[in-house]
Amino acid sequence: MKGVHVIDVGLIGDLYVFVLAGFLGYQVISRVSPLLHTPLMSATNAISGISLVGSLVVAGAGYNRVSTLLGFVAVTCSTINVVGGFLITDRILKMFRAGGPGAAGDGSKGAR
Amino acid sequence: MRRDLLQFFYLFSAILFVMGLRGLSHPRTARRGMFLAELGMLLAIIGSLLHHDIIDYRWIAAGLALGTAIGVPMAIWIPMTAVPQRTALSHSFGALAASLIGISEYYRHGAALGSVRVGVIGIEVMLGSLTFTGSLMAAGKLQGVIRGYPITYRGQNVFNLSILAGMLGLIVALMFMPHATTAFYAMVGLATFFGVLLILPIGAADMPVVIALLNSYAGLTDAAMGFMLDNKIQIITGSLDGSSGFILSVLMCRAMNRSMTNVLFGAFGKVQEKPAGELEGKKPIRQVSIEEAAELLGTARSVVFVPGYGMAVSQAQHRVREVADVLKGKSVQVRYGIHAVAGRMPGHMNVLLAEANVPYEELYDMDQINSQFPETDVVVVVGANDVVNPAAKRLRGSPIYGMPILEVEKARVVIVCKRSLAAGFAGIDNELYYGDKTLMLFGDAKDTMVKLTAALKE
Repeated sequence: MKGVHVIDVGLIGDLYVFVLAGFLGYQVISRVSPLLHTPLMSATNAISGISLVGSLVVAGAGYNRVSTLLGFVAVTCSTINVVGGFLITDRILKMFRAGGPGAAGDGSKGAR
Repeated sequence: MRRDLLQFFYLFSAILFVMGLRGLSHPRTARRGMFLAELGMLLAIIGSLLHHDIIDYRWIAAGLALGTAIGVPMAIWIPMTAVPQRTALSHSFGALAASLIGISEYYRHGAALGSVRVGVIGIEVMLGSLTFTGSLMAAGKLQGVIRGYPITYRGQNVFNLSILAGMLGLIVALMFMPHATTAFYAMVGLATFFGVLLILPIGAADMPVVIALLNSYAGLTDAAMGFMLDNKIQIITGSLDGSSGFILSVLMCRAMNRSMTNVLFGAFGKVQEKPAGELEGKKPIRQVSIEEAAELLGTARSVVFVPGYGMAVSQAQHRVREVADVLKGKSVQVRYGIHAVAGRMPGHMNVLLAEANVPYEELYDMDQINSQFPETDVVVVVGANDVVNPAAKRLRGSPIYGMPILEVEKARVVIVCKRSLAAGFAGIDNELYYGDKTLMLFGDAKDTMVKLTAALKE
């Protein structure tokens, strides 16, 4: 039981960050327009490619052969998410156009 | 010194990510927001490349190049109908990356980590592995590679829960015996298997909830990876993603009036041999011809289209927009009423209509459009069924009872474009079809819309 009682100070700081970011996320995401829920998902998907930063170090630090290989695969996977995620989000967002003058009956209402 | 600099890079990119997501509150600011998020990502990557541990850039360069080579085609060439699959597939890539890094950490440090760190790694790898296979399964079901049908067997929930307990038990055991490598890899195996089991009982039409939930898991995996590597930027983005996915899945559940437990363990839409067709024959339905429908539409003041996934499947959205164009030319007000669970992922229907050049001002969600139906002359239902079934409000005991619906029956006339009288996903009859104001326009959605456009132009 001894070891379990020693709580890592770093982990507690991380926990603060995690919980507060969660609250912030709740506030920000609640305001996202339902129109854009699909691009929201592809955007968070792209952003979650941030696992790239951890993978880069493992792939490049030369810890041992297994770690380098796993790091390489992880870099590849994360890059797919970053590049693909941002590209498709932009592709989707480009399609959301406002109607030209006179195109739509009443303008501002639907875009809340 | 360089370590401090890296932290500033990360702080700055965290700010940019939050601002980027905030941009999504309106289509006008969305692209600019995404640009900020991209900038944030670039900063984080450049910062990490300066990390003092990195001695060799060859594998990094190879990974970046390969990832780009796969990621670009996946984003540029896939059709918009396939965005849900792509998203699910991406969740699985992200989760795989996280769990591989977790395995590498354990392999590298092993017992030297101490109980708390081993516990963190265990949770990270568990989440990563089950999200990896779970998302692959979801992508497979959406793509139709795996049958979309829910697969159930006796004792399924008990079996799944005991596997979950087994994994958690192994993680706790590892905290006391960090050197027990067999236990670690057994846990990885179990988690990989568990991801498959988790998705088996879920039907294709419940995918909006599941994809959102997997998005949340992917975020949590990322955050756990941040805990493991003591990397704040990963914790922040993981937490943001996690809450995003969670909010979306709750919204989707609410739109179906079902609890999360019901979606995950209920195997809805399985063999719902409910007394379907009970109403059939009792009440007459009224059919309408293309010409009559065109006449009704052409003389209306306001028309609302209610699209369902059926429209997207037959790619009829462009044809619908053509009908709308002609109507707008006749100064008819045209709007679209969109139910949150129309489509295969949150917001999917909006994207499909936007692709067909429908301006976003014409897209209304349920809460916005429901108050407008009483003043609407004609509603055209295209490929939607359960989301317009009044039974959800009236028929206690109906599988969809309590589900918020688009109240199209309040409009003056409802035209339903449908192939036949077949029941919808929930397997129940739709009393809307037998309503006094309802006119049935039988035929393929795409065909019907083309004919309507022609008739309207005459």
